[in-house]
Amino acid sequence: MSRFKTKKSQRGAPISTASLPDIIFILLFFFMVVTVLREVELKVKNRLPQATELTKLERKSLVSFIYIGAPIEKYQSTLGTTPRIQLNNQFALPKDIPNYVENERTKVDERLQPAMTFALRIDKQVKMGIVSDVKQELRKSNALKINYSSIAKIER
Amino acid sequence: MAKNRRIGNEMNASSMADIAFLLLIFFLVTTTIDVDKGILHKLPPWDVPPEDVVANRRNVLIVLINAQDRILVNNENARVDDLRRKAKEFIDNRGRNPKLSDSPDKAVISLQNDRGTSYDIYIQVQNELKAAYRELRDDLSMKRYGKLYKDLDRESARVIAIEFPMRLSEAEPKTIGEGS
Repeated sequence: MSRFKTKKSQRGAPISTASLPDIIFILLFFFMVVTVLREVELKVKNRLPQATELTKLERKSLVSFIYIGAPIEKYQSTLGTTPRIQLNNQFALPKDIPNYVENERTKVDERLQPAMTFALRIDKQVKMGIVSDVKQELRKSNALKINYSSIAKIER
Repeated sequence: MAKNRRIGNEMNASSMADIAFLLLIFFLVTTTIDVDKGILHKLPPWDVPPEDVVANRRNVLIVLINAQDRILVNNENARVDDLRRKAKEFIDNRGRNPKLSDSPDKAVISLQNDRGTSYDIYIQVQNELKAAYRELRDDLSMKRYGKLYKDLDRESARVIAIEFPMRLSEAEPKTIGEGS
């Protein structure tokens, strides 16, 4: 008897959707906060190596990226498949790095400059030749804190 | 009259959900939750000449990687999986084995790779060597403070780091095999 009653009353009152916007808004805020809008478009292949001894890069504003890898298919007809360096949105040569470093430095407060980190996002198939050229250029321009970006590996 | 009606009627909020949904979908699509993690590394300064090679040969562990990604540790073939154990033995030898280091603070690991070495294997080697130091530091800090190295406060972390200073020296790569 009582079961019958409840059924009837449920049909009468539809579920209130008034709280739906709030739920959606919460989700929205979550994604807004975690979103990192990429300002660069990747023009090189970038499959990062795996490692276990990782450090998290703490302050995003103090990190600048250098991408190295073979050009993606779109550019392969003109550039071939030899690994290239990408700085900001364009392909570059090792000799462009000091300029890039200076440029990145000017974006950062002077007192924080020693804490700047250059994250090297290098495709795992790249040979060390180009990597060490880049490293030499970084040393020349006195950007000594670097970070080899890699993906966490689960230890066996 | 009109005023009264406005108060009585609530604003129609049903489209609010749709607007929020649109925004939500936009952010869902653009989100790349890529945590920036990596192996921290400090490059030696350019204009400072490298420190003189340690007089004693036994205090240097030479790790070579050739263009075929084969690893040579002190002139012996090695695999990546052996590297951590070998490095730990070498660093924490404390004079027992006459071929390995005198003490951890004198031990230097010298890494040399070819221009044709792949970046993947280079990172793996770096990772193993860093892991060897991390494990040794963890062991010591576990024994002394009952905590892992990374959880130590600054002062005691420094003490441990002095016991096991990370001394990885990287030689400039040479072109031995076919480089790129």
